[in-house]
Amino acid sequence: MKNKNMNLLEIKNLHASVQGNEILRGINLTVKAGEVHAIMGPNGSGKSTLAGVLAGRDAYTVTQGEVFYNGQNLLEMLPEERARSGLFLAFQYPVEIPGVNNSYFLKEALNAIRTHKGLEKLDAIDFLALIKQKVKIVEMDESFLNRPVNEGFSGGEKKRNEIFHMAVLEPLLSILDETDSGLDIDALRTVADGVNKLRSQENAIVVVTHYQRLLNYIVPDVVHVMKDGRLVLSGGKELALELEDRGYDWVHEEAGQTV
Amino acid sequence: MNNETNTIEEFAAQEYKYGFVTDIDADSVPPGLNEDVIRLISAKKQEPDWLLEWRLKSFRHWETMVEPHWQNIKYPPIDYQAIIYYSAPKQNSLLKDMSEVDPELLKTYDKLGIPLREQEWLAGVAVDAVFDSVSVATTFKEKLKELGIIFSSFSEAVREHPELVRKYLGSVVPSNDNYFAALNSAVFTDGSFCFIPPGVRCPMELSTYFRINAASTGQFERTLIVAEEGAQVSYLEGCTAPMRDKNQLHAAVVELVALDNAKIKYSTVQNWYPGDKEGRGGIYNFVTKRGKCAGVNSKISWTQVETGSAITWKYPSVLLIGDHSVGEFYSVAVVNNYQQADTGTKMIHIGKHTKSTIVSKGISAGHGQNSYRGLVEMKKNAVHARNFSQCDSLLLGDKCGAHTFPYIEVKNTSSKAEHEATTSKIGDDQIFYCKQRGLSAEDAVNLIVNGFCKEVFRELPMEFAVEAQKLLGVSLEGSVG
Ligand SMILES: Nc1ncnc2c1ncn2[C@@H]1O[C@H](COP(=O)(O)OP(=O)(O)O)[C@@H](O)[C@H]1O
Ligand SMILES: [Mg+2]
Repeated sequence: MKNKNMNLLEIKNLHASVQGNEILRGINLTVKAGEVHAIMGPNGSGKSTLAGVLAGRDAYTVTQGEVFYNGQNLLEMLPEERARSGLFLAFQYPVEIPGVNNSYFLKEALNAIRTHKGLEKLDAIDFLALIKQKVKIVEMDESFLNRPVNEGFSGGEKKRNEIFHMAVLEPLLSILDETDSGLDIDALRTVADGVNKLRSQENAIVVVTHYQRLLNYIVPDVVHVMKDGRLVLSGGKELALELEDRGYDWVHEEAGQTV
Repeated sequence: MNNETNTIEEFAAQEYKYGFVTDIDADSVPPGLNEDVIRLISAKKQEPDWLLEWRLKSFRHWETMVEPHWQNIKYPPIDYQAIIYYSAPKQNSLLKDMSEVDPELLKTYDKLGIPLREQEWLAGVAVDAVFDSVSVATTFKEKLKELGIIFSSFSEAVREHPELVRKYLGSVVPSNDNYFAALNSAVFTDGSFCFIPPGVRCPMELSTYFRINAASTGQFERTLIVAEEGAQVSYLEGCTAPMRDKNQLHAAVVELVALDNAKIKYSTVQNWYPGDKEGRGGIYNFVTKRGKCAGVNSKISWTQVETGSAITWKYPSVLLIGDHSVGEFYSVAVVNNYQQADTGTKMIHIGKHTKSTIVSKGISAGHGQNSYRGLVEMKKNAVHARNFSQCDSLLLGDKCGAHTFPYIEVKNTSSKAEHEATTSKIGDDQIFYCKQRGLSAEDAVNLIVNGFCKEVFRELPMEFAVEAQKLLGVSLEGSVG
């Protein structure tokens, strides 16, 4: 069994580029089971790039460094293998898949994960019972189950649907990329409550945001500041408040600082 | 890991599953076409004089015609003198029952998943199996006969029910209708005939399974379905052919006649050999299909899933003559590698309050070119006619093409035609999103494509909807990495 002291994610000196431009310039980060980490930072600092590299999006080229996930060499795994092994990305811009029913999509996804784990596939009846319970976690209307994945959803509804996917797939490591943007204050609260219900000693969450307000609800163990492709400062949850007050400019670009 | 940029273009088309050849003695005529060949075909089939005359008239007309080239497809000139117009497996042409069918043929159909022994086939489906130029077996004939339903090979219908054949042959697609219909009328060899008497609802799916086996042969079959007053029938055709590097011509004619209150549902799952990855070989599928809603309240519904053939060129159409008659066209056409399709429908509204629905889903992958071409015509007297058309195109990759040519002619003021069209592309973003949820690229494409086609698939008889979905998966296999 996983325990609280186990390193679920270990990133060592990660460099990655897009079309020849280096975006990630030496990321170091360790996330243990049971932890919540927040990554904050200005627009364009490379937060989504990091999330994308971890999920295996191959618009990015890793030029240096290593990443271990749950004891495996993450960079050698296919994106779908990463997902099946419990790595989940809540997209900053969730993608619409016209014609494909949201719950059918999730059933296929869950069964791919279950098959990978050596579990039996869930049949339609058991699956339906499961998702009826899971929609409650994010207080999502059941009508969204039978609509095509994200098609015509508002920005906030898409974000809520991402967390619903997370609730159903029960990942080990979740990366939430700006899940708060697009959510009004009430929705933010319910979605954050939903995420909190999914926290456990076995899993870990990396919350990417550039607003502090989400962190009032999802309280992180560690806060990191990303600037120009590096994590330049790390601290406790108070750091988020300080960033809210003072902005990012005062943070020096010296990697590895701890407040 | 930087291989996703070209994933969507990658096409390692998987082997065509039905590409084997059956080694069987065939009775063939030499290649070439002239009046003697037609007389020979007619004699082999022991046809009455009127039919021979009809063939010869069609042939003489065909000789005056030129092959049309307005369509959005390209192919080298066809040498009509190099085609074999008749090839039949050697067997007693008048079989008493299935036990007389050559075991090689039974094996062929087993391999294709179409067992001809009645007890092994899906209980609700009667099958006519056409092998090259002739029908080799028809199942459940006796059972259907008790209800007055005639379901037999075309040749047998000519022998047993000449008056019915003579009455309806060419009544929907005249022998001079177009170049390929004229050619078919001159040389057609076999096909299926269905007749549903007044008030009878056919209790099982009728189906014809077409198989091209011999090399260099053309397949020119004819299907004629007549549903009399209040009759109902659902009919399905399936097609496969061996893999060969030379193109083979398939020019069929299908005629449907629905009298008052009759309903005909005609479904096609077309999986002729599509050619190889470089576009070598494959079937030219040039077919004329037309239904006539002759009676009031009659309904003709075409559903087609076209995944095979090097070139598919056809427009299953409906003449809406009876008042309140209904025409429907549901189509999925898939092109991959170098396949081309120019397909669609014609809905000709003649009677009052006639209604038509067109749902066309075109999927293009590889270097495939897919065109929807449709005509909706509302004549002057077709008052209060309605049409709704939906034409959607889905692209996988950026070397393929989708084209839409809708023609709408409304000649009265009370009628309405609505046309909607969309084009979308399966993007890397969608594939990545699916992968991030644990699905492989292949599963992702299947999911999206099946979602795209579901309005059409739900029109298919159930057993075949599942088949069609699988077929689509196979046709698009390798389209993304
Ligand atoms: N596909 C791409 N092509 C070119 N530049 C990109 C691409 N994706 C991201 N970038 C650049 O990388 C930098 C980091 O972007 P991103 O990771 O989205 O930042 P954040 O999520 O922190 O706002 C930005 O300058 C952005 O323009
Ligand atoms: Mg971002």
